[in-house]
Amino acid sequence: MSRAREFGNRLYSGEQSFNFVGRRKTWYIIGAIAVIFALLIPVARGGFNFGIEFRGGSEFRLTNSQSLPHEVAVDVLAEISPGSQVRVTDVGIADIRIQTEQLQDIESEEARLALADAFGVEGGQVASSFIGPNWGADVTNQAITGLVIFLILVSLLMAVYFRSWKMSVAALLALAHDLILTAGIYAGVGFEVTPAAVIGFLTILSYSLYDTVVVFDKVRENTLEIEYSETRTFSEMVNLAVNQTLVRSINTSVVAVMPVASILFVGSLLLGAGTLRDIALALFVGTIVGTYSSIFLAAPIYAHLREKEPALKKASDKVLAGRA
Amino acid sequence: MAENTTVSSARRKLSWLSGIAVFFVGLMVWGVASGQTGASFAPELALDLQGGTQIILTPTVADGDQASTEQLNQAVTIIRQRIDGSGVGEAQVTVQGNQNIVVAIPGTPDATTLQLIRASALLEFRPVIAQATSAPLAEDAVVQDLDTLSNDPASTPVNPSDPAWATERVIAEFEQLDCLNPFRQPGQVDDPTRALVTCDESYLFKYILGPVEVQGASISDASAGTVTTQTGASTNTWAVNLEFNAEGTEAFGQVTARLFGQPSPADQFAITLDGLVITAPSTNAVITNGQAQITGSFTQDSATVLSDQLKYGALPIGFEVQSQENISATLGSESLRSGLLAGLIGLIVVVIYMAFQYRGLATVVLGSLVVAALLVYLAIAFLSWRQGYRLSLAGVAGLIVAIGITSDSFIVYFERIRDELRDGRSLEAAVEAGWGRALRTILISGAVSFTAAVVLYLLTSSSVRGFAFTLGLITLIDILIVTMFTHPLVQLLARNKFFASGHKYSGFDLTAKEASYKGRGEFRVSEQLGAGKAAKASKEAAKRQTIAERKALAGKGEDNE
Repeated sequence: MSRAREFGNRLYSGEQSFNFVGRRKTWYIIGAIAVIFALLIPVARGGFNFGIEFRGGSEFRLTNSQSLPHEVAVDVLAEISPGSQVRVTDVGIADIRIQTEQLQDIESEEARLALADAFGVEGGQVASSFIGPNWGADVTNQAITGLVIFLILVSLLMAVYFRSWKMSVAALLALAHDLILTAGIYAGVGFEVTPAAVIGFLTILSYSLYDTVVVFDKVRENTLEIEYSETRTFSEMVNLAVNQTLVRSINTSVVAVMPVASILFVGSLLLGAGTLRDIALALFVGTIVGTYSSIFLAAPIYAHLREKEPALKKASDKVLAGRA
Repeated sequence: MAENTTVSSARRKLSWLSGIAVFFVGLMVWGVASGQTGASFAPELALDLQGGTQIILTPTVADGDQASTEQLNQAVTIIRQRIDGSGVGEAQVTVQGNQNIVVAIPGTPDATTLQLIRASALLEFRPVIAQATSAPLAEDAVVQDLDTLSNDPASTPVNPSDPAWATERVIAEFEQLDCLNPFRQPGQVDDPTRALVTCDESYLFKYILGPVEVQGASISDASAGTVTTQTGASTNTWAVNLEFNAEGTEAFGQVTARLFGQPSPADQFAITLDGLVITAPSTNAVITNGQAQITGSFTQDSATVLSDQLKYGALPIGFEVQSQENISATLGSESLRSGLLAGLIGLIVVVIYMAFQYRGLATVVLGSLVVAALLVYLAIAFLSWRQGYRLSLAGVAGLIVAIGITSDSFIVYFERIRDELRDGRSLEAAVEAGWGRALRTILISGAVSFTAAVVLYLLTSSSVRGFAFTLGLITLIDILIVTMFTHPLVQLLARNKFFASGHKYSGFDLTAKEASYKGRGEFRVSEQLGAGKAAKASKEAAKRQTIAERKALAGKGEDNE
C-alpha cells in the first residue's frame, strides 16, 4: 500500500535522494530565466492592469442584469456624463459591472437610478462606488512600508533563531523570486490589480517564509555537528535535510493550496471579479512557487553561501578525501 | 509512572482547553442573556457582507500639518453628530490606521448626506448682538417671507458689535426662529462678513451674532483645568483655558477691549462650531496677553468637551473622500454565501487529502479543525461584542486560507512522528520526541506569520487590516490547538491499541517502522552497488540509532536465528 509513505521512508534514510543542492546551477538558471520572464510579461502587456482602486473612478454593479446588452449601460452613462469612457463587464453568473471616470455626487446618484431604470431592477439592486485616485496609492504605500518593516523584523527573527544570517539571506532571495514570479503571472493572466490582490501578495510573504522556515529547521538540525561528520559534506547534509522534508513540503503546500483553490474556484465561478478571486489567485500562484523555491532555491543558496566557510570546507575536504 | 504522567498531563491540557472554550461560551451566553449591547452569537458583519455604504475619509489640514489623534477623535464625534442629525440611521464612524476616518452607513446615502460628512468644521468667534430664549412660534404669528426683506444694514456698522448688522431680514429671521425646527441646511456655509442668526448646541437659546472677529485657527491651545486662586491654591471650579497665537492675541484683545463693560448681552462673544454656538461667555476683563479663561458652571466633563471642541476647531480639518463604496444587500449575502461555500469545499477537500495521507490520523485533523473553528468563531463573536470587530469578506478569505495553514502544523507534527518511527522508536516515544521537534518548527513558523499579521495590521487600513487581523488570530489559535488539543489527543491515541499496534489504517503503520530496518538492510543489498555508498549509508544509519534500538535490533537478530 501507501507508496507515498515508502517514498518518504526511502527519502528519509537517504536510500533515494534528489540532488537539489548539487545541481543548484541548473535551478539558479531556471530561476533567473523565470524571473526575467516575469519581469518582461508586464512590460510586454503594457504594464499591470490596475483596478479602479488605483486609477480612481466610479463603479456601478447591477445584480441579475446580464440579459440586456452592455450598450444599454453605455448609453445611460453617455447621457449623464457625455464623453466619458465606460467599461462594462459581466461578473459572476448574473451581475454586470460598469466602470467609468469619476462622477460628481449628483451625477453618480442620477446614474445609479437611471441604470436601475434601464435594467428594470430596483434602485437598491444597484451598488455604486467611487474611489479617489489617491486611495490605491495610499494602500500601496502602506503595503510597501509594511513589507519593508516585516522583512527587517523577520530577517532578524530568523538570524537569531537559526543563528545564521546566511539563512535569512537565502530565505529572502527565495522570497524575492516568489514575489516577482507571482506578480509576473498575475500580470500575464490579466486580472486587475486590486487591494485584494495586494492582500494576497502580502500573504505570500508569510507563507513563502513559513515554508522555507520548515525546511531550514530540518537543515539546521541536521547540520548542527556537521564539522565532525565523517560521512557527509555540509552540502550533502543540507540536501539530505531537503529530501527528508520533501514529503512534508509537498503535503503542506498541497493542503495550503486546496482551500485557496476552492476560493479561486467558487470566487471565479459564482462571484467573478472581486475580493475572493483576487486574493485567491495571488495566493494560489504564490503558494506553489513558494514551495518550489524553498526546495530548489533557498536550501541550495544557503549551502552555496556556507560551504566555502573554512571550517566547513576543511570538514568536507576530509570527507571527500576519505571517499576517494 | 511516566506513562501516567503523560496521560494525566494530556488530560489536563484537554480540560484546560475545554475550560477556555466553556468560559467564552459562558461569557457569550451571559452577554446575550443579560442583553449587553452588541453581544450576539452571530458576529457583526462588515458592509461588504451585509450591504451598505462605506466612506473612507482622509482629513486634510491647512499648512500640511498632520491632524492629531485628539483632532481625529473630535472629527469622528462631529461626523457622527452630523449623520445622526440627518436621520440616516445607525452609522459607524471609526478612526483607522491613525489617519483615516471610516464611515459605515446602512443603505445608500443621498448626495446631501455625503456633502455633510465631508464638510470641514469651522470654529469662529462672533460678538453677540442679541440673545433670546428659543420658544415655539405663536400660532397666530404672521410668517414673513425672508427673501422679500432687505438685508442691507440701515447705517454703515462701525464695529462688529454694532446693532446696525441686524438688518430687517436678520431681525425677522431671529424672531421667527424656533431652535427645535431644523433651521440650517446640511453643510451650510455662513458668510463671515455678515451677521448670523443661530442657536446654541442644546437648542435652548437663539442669537444674532456679528461678523467673525477671530478665526478658530488663531487658537494655539485649549485645555480644561481647575481655577487657581491668586495665592495659587486650586479650587474645585472647572474652567477652560484658551491660548491664542500672535494674530489671535491681537484680535482677541480688540474684542475684549470693546466688549468689556458693555451691558449684557453685548458684552458676550459667541464661539460657533459648524454654525452652532458652543459657548457664549461674557467678558470680565480686557485680555491682551492671549491667555483667556472661560468659567461658568462647568463640570470636569463639560470643560473637557469644550476644550476638545476648541482644540479641534483650532485646526480646521476638511475631509477628502478616498473611496466611497456601496454594496447592495443582495451582493453582500451572495458574497457571504460564496465565502462559506468555498470554506466548506476547502475543508472537505483538505480532510479527504489528509485521510489519504494520514489515514486514521485524519480524524485527529478533523477534530482539531472543528475545535479550531469553534474557538475562532467564539473569538470573533467576542471581539465583535467587546471591540466592535466586523467580519469582512477579506476576513472570511483569511479564515478559509487558515484551514490550510492550520493543517500545515498537523502535517509538520505527524511527519516528525513518522521520522522518529523511522529511526526505530516505539510509537509513544516517537510521539514525545517528534512533538519536541515539531513544536519548535511550529513556533518559529508561527512567529513569522504572526509578525506579518501584526505589521500589516498596524500599518494598513481597510480591507488589508481585516485580513491581517484574522491571520494573526488564526496563528495564535493554531498554536493553542496544536499544543492543547492535537498533541494531547495523539498522546492518548498512541496508547490506543488501534494506533499503537500500527494498524495499516492508523497512519502509523508498521511498514514505516520496518522501513528503517530496511534502510539498514540496505547494507546487505548494496554490496553490489558499491562499497563506498553502502558504508556511508550504514554509518549514517548506525549514528541515528539509539542504544536501546541497537539492543532491540540485536535481540531481533537473535530471534531470527
